[in-house]
Amino acid sequence: MGKLIGWIDDRFPLTKMWNEHLAEYYAPKNFNFWYFFGSLALMVLVIQIVSGIFLAMHYKPDADLAFSSVEYIMRDVPYGWLIRYIHSTGATAFFIVVYMHMFRGLMYGSYKKPRELIWLFGMFIYLALMAEAFMGYLLPWGQMSYWGAQVIISLFGAIPVIGDDLTLWIRGDFVISDATLNRFFALHVIALPLVLIFLVVAHILALHEVGSNNPDGVEIKKNKDPVTHIPLDGIPFHPYYTVKDIVGVVVFLFIFSTVMFYFPDGGGYFLEHANFVASNPLKTPVHIAPVWYFTPFYAILRAVPDKLMGVGAMGSAIVLLFFMPWIDRCKVKSIRYRSSIYKVNLTVFAISFVVLGWLAMQPVTSTITMLSRVFSIFYFGFFVVLFITSRNEVTKPVPDRVTE
Amino acid sequence: MSTDVVDKDRRRFLTAATSVVGAVGVGFVCVPFIESWLPSERAKNAGAPIDANISKLDEGRMLTVEWQSKPVWIVRRSQQTLDNLPKNDDRLRDPHSEVESQQPPYAKNEYRSRKPEFLVLVGICTHLGCSPTYRPDIGPADLGEDWLGGFFCPCHSSTYDMAGRVFQGVPAPLNLLVPKHYYLTDNTIRVGEDGEAA
Repeated sequence: MGKLIGWIDDRFPLTKMWNEHLAEYYAPKNFNFWYFFGSLALMVLVIQIVSGIFLAMHYKPDADLAFSSVEYIMRDVPYGWLIRYIHSTGATAFFIVVYMHMFRGLMYGSYKKPRELIWLFGMFIYLALMAEAFMGYLLPWGQMSYWGAQVIISLFGAIPVIGDDLTLWIRGDFVISDATLNRFFALHVIALPLVLIFLVVAHILALHEVGSNNPDGVEIKKNKDPVTHIPLDGIPFHPYYTVKDIVGVVVFLFIFSTVMFYFPDGGGYFLEHANFVASNPLKTPVHIAPVWYFTPFYAILRAVPDKLMGVGAMGSAIVLLFFMPWIDRCKVKSIRYRSSIYKVNLTVFAISFVVLGWLAMQPVTSTITMLSRVFSIFYFGFFVVLFITSRNEVTKPVPDRVTE
Repeated sequence: MSTDVVDKDRRRFLTAATSVVGAVGVGFVCVPFIESWLPSERAKNAGAPIDANISKLDEGRMLTVEWQSKPVWIVRRSQQTLDNLPKNDDRLRDPHSEVESQQPPYAKNEYRSRKPEFLVLVGICTHLGCSPTYRPDIGPADLGEDWLGGFFCPCHSSTYDMAGRVFQGVPAPLNLLVPKHYYLTDNTIRVGEDGEAA
């Protein structure tokens, strides 16, 4: 065995890579619950790629055949139902895991110097993931697929001057049609997965270059053993965190399987009921809402009574997150040592995000619209308050070494 | 002549020139790929006009036909409905159909139609492309007491009156589109062409 590895190492940096990224990658020893979600996201990506490859073997990206080919997968393909439910549950799981992962970053200031690029790569992953999920949702060619895509593509029509030509170019037809379905299939199964994998690699390489942050927001590289040059508060990722992450994986798969086997449509939130009806270009479903993971942004769109402004507000709700490393000017990273203003601000932000998500799933009434406006203001208020208060924020003393 | 001294300016110029030429080449290569996303010839030819028979359309009812894969509505309006139209004027964004793109010249009138009785509209919301719901009922609970009939978009609650004119304070910016159409006979509307007497 050793001889074989030696033979490979002479030709390919196998042991070197293993050590750099696992056995001799020193991560802070105080990781908590919130640090499960990075590795879980990676695992869900693998689940989605594998299940997606097998779905693509039976699916037909053709406007006349798509809907029935999904039903064929569900009824006639051996275990086709299982593979599809793995993939559809995986989409929801992906966003839950990613939202937790992003919230972790906000709590512990993981986007701050020197980790700005990790955050930016991460935001691009999130953007690619949203595109991937949106295009995947068109493929079953049900009512929600069709009208959801109609709405989202029309968002680009709000752009002045080029808007109409741009939507025409995206659709490849004057309405959502076979051309749209076919190109979304190509993007969903080839282009975006490649982009995602590339971004994930960049995200991890950038992380391993600067080292992981931790719940105390202390740089462990500042305190190294004078002889070995290993951070005093660091432990090798493998075996310590690989084993810890396996516990996370087991718990995660437990929940994942429960949803997949017992609640695959998530009560209409993971697979919407209207999508079990074949697409009909002449009739919009009476109640239309995007899948849950897009709803907070959809609520912001719905709150603004102007087309361009609404699309602009929705876009900036996402774009602002990219600028977090520069909006937050406080040097202290972790919420543990920050002011109560920040704690309240972040809590209000998280609550607004969830409430907006809920509001977007309700039929429109004047109360819902008013609440959407209030919580949209809270959402944007987070960034404004953060920018103003973080400059001279009163913080607690940060310890030199990690606690616990 | 010395051969071991590097002329850095010359090298930088050649590197930059090569990069620029390369980038221009890549730009040209992108064109066919980007253009391949435009509507194909087949898609462009699919927009033939269609005929709708309105002889069985009762007063107050709506008929939906498909034209260019889009829903086209034909509504037969009562005299009462037509009389109610001006009452909405001060609550509309564009009561006098000033935006030229939203109707052919012959529909730029107070009824937005060729014959006042029959309203012909493309049933696609000008906000984000959903198909609004026909709501001819007057003063329903969910739309308010001053609702005189019209169209309600379930996606983002844009509202239009019985001439497809958009109300103020909703996300949709424009009136619903009146497509080209003319009366082939008294009972047949052809959608997609202006007709000779246009």
